[in-house]
Amino acid sequence: MNTESTKISVPIMSEVFASGKRPEYLFWVGCAGAFDNRYMKVAKAFAKILNHLEIDYAVLGTEETCTGDPARRAGNEMLFQMQAMTNIEIFNMYEIKKILTICPHCFNILKNEYPDLGGKYEVLHYTEFLAGLIKTKKLKTDKSKLKGQNVTYHDPCYLGRANDIYEAPRYIIESLGLKLIEMEKNRSFALCCGAGGAQMFKDAEKGDKEIFIERTEQALTTKAGLIATACPFCMTMITDGLKYKNKEEEISNLDIAEIIAEALI
Amino acid sequence: MFDMSQIIFSVLLLITIGVFAYSAYRIYQLFRLTKPAYPVKDFGKRIKRTIVNAFFQERIFRNRIAGFMHAMVFWGFCLILLGSIEMVIDGIAGTERVLASLGIVYDIIIGAGDVFAYIIAVFIIVFIFRRTVLNIKRLHGKELQKKNHMDALVALSFILILMLTLAGMNIFYIAGHPDYVGIYPVSAILAPLFSNVSSNTVFLIHDICWWSHIIMIFIFANVLPYSKHFHIFMSIPNVFFSRLTPLGKMTNMDSITKEVKLMMNPETAFAAAPENEAAPTRFGILDAEDITWKNYIDSLACTQCGRCTAVCPANITGKELSPRKMVMNIRQRMKMKGHHLVNNPDYSDGKTLIRDLIKEEEIWACTTCNACAKECPLNIDHPTFILDLRRYLVMEESAAPAALNAIFSNIENNGAPWQYSNQDRLKWTE
Repeated sequence: MNTESTKISVPIMSEVFASGKRPEYLFWVGCAGAFDNRYMKVAKAFAKILNHLEIDYAVLGTEETCTGDPARRAGNEMLFQMQAMTNIEIFNMYEIKKILTICPHCFNILKNEYPDLGGKYEVLHYTEFLAGLIKTKKLKTDKSKLKGQNVTYHDPCYLGRANDIYEAPRYIIESLGLKLIEMEKNRSFALCCGAGGAQMFKDAEKGDKEIFIERTEQALTTKAGLIATACPFCMTMITDGLKYKNKEEEISNLDIAEIIAEALI
Repeated sequence: MFDMSQIIFSVLLLITIGVFAYSAYRIYQLFRLTKPAYPVKDFGKRIKRTIVNAFFQERIFRNRIAGFMHAMVFWGFCLILLGSIEMVIDGIAGTERVLASLGIVYDIIIGAGDVFAYIIAVFIIVFIFRRTVLNIKRLHGKELQKKNHMDALVALSFILILMLTLAGMNIFYIAGHPDYVGIYPVSAILAPLFSNVSSNTVFLIHDICWWSHIIMIFIFANVLPYSKHFHIFMSIPNVFFSRLTPLGKMTNMDSITKEVKLMMNPETAFAAAPENEAAPTRFGILDAEDITWKNYIDSLACTQCGRCTAVCPANITGKELSPRKMVMNIRQRMKMKGHHLVNNPDYSDGKTLIRDLIKEEEIWACTTCNACAKECPLNIDHPTFILDLRRYLVMEESAAPAALNAIFSNIENNGAPWQYSNQDRLKWTE
């Protein structure tokens, strides 16, 4: 992908704030966007879209830290709340009102759980945000590039069941001219990739199969050449599943942000 | 003047109510032991949810065929219940079909009840067949032992007998009364088959059906508090009291918030703890005394249908975790320990819910994907319970798997679950 090599310019909150400006949005990159080699490309793709649309945003950069989600879901409430309160102090310091996330886990915890600790913001997952901009025709894409290509979409649990966001990602996929082929288990019936609830960071318990293999097999039965995801952990899991099935050459696994970034006009 | 049958009926009714009140009181005592879960507000939303989820059976239709049969049985029960109220009035007052004066409303209720009696009877036979002959995985988890299968079959048999006696009551009521009141679409077709039976026999069979129907209701009502079919009483309240927040939201531990605020505020960090504050309770859930009222009502409403376990990614891939088992364990443990705790808050039987009933392996297998919670027709909240078990293990025992302890220290040291320097947080832009 051509986003890989080029350095992009991203506004840093501390600098923008020092110059007296108050960006409309904070783009919350998340740990995966910052450190996971594969997902760094997704963060870049989304920033490319924001730049293209001239959205008034900034990132926290070195001031960003974990939301506390994996700690909380692993039972460490103390660590979660310390992370959350630290973040809330930073958000309040920069007078942040609106937050954009790429990771559904960050999205869920910022949106639903930070308010209990006093951090109330308008939090949007990028799929909702961009679907809105496509609808109002502010975001235009070149349909011809992808027209008719078959794609299946894996619903991340923390977007879907956790927050009832099923249609925004699908709307984007269809607006790009892609042909969406649903897995048998989709939307609220979707099978988890296996990484939620801090499973991403540990080995699975003893069983007869890995969850990511089960879900990858379900995706493969659609015969789609592209598996779209909208979550860093889902991406790791599905990509691992494709490797396990020796399908990584013929079937690609992209985040919706990357697909849009490629089709910008 | 009371006749003998009125006296017998009234005595039976009083016994039924008395025994039921005793069972209900015992359960109430256990509820009084439970811990807070969340405040119950937003009654408008709750009523709406109850109408959609319970009365319109929204979630149950996620499984089309079984869902349709369940919905028919449920709607039928609601109608037939109205008829049972009439039977109680008749029994006490010595009247016959006393509500017939309601006219067309009566005709509709009784007519629909008559049709549903036959539909339910047929579906119950299908349910029994499905449990005994068809090998449906959802109904055969390893947590379901022989006694659980018996419990299910006993309840189904009760319902079948209730429907057959109701049908018999209607058929022989029509056969004995050429000028009968109410509408009986199915029974009216069947009644002429008994036209050559003597009128004394017709009245006798009617009375046998009437009495066995009502006595079966009395017995069934008192079996329910000890059966998984307590579902019939508890499921609607469970929907009403269920959490209204998004499934992804975890409940906040306010006790921790207090501590963290103290730690983060240098002025209060070294201040002595206020003396009048209650001693901190245990973090998370270890055993019966930590169960919240929501956990407990979940466990009473659960009818072990296994929809949760059937969609659990961990269970599907052969791991130990079964959300249904966890919910059954809550009720089991409350039964084992709860009543002792009522009499002695310090009671211990040397066992705990974690480890003696629920293995750590089960607790750590959950991906918090919420498939179980989304699937449960009653809005049982399994993930909240599982996460409270994790909170106990981590905050009271530091007993997390090693890999998770590693992410805790990474988050503490460098603000990410992975061991990368915060200075590298903008590398993705290069």
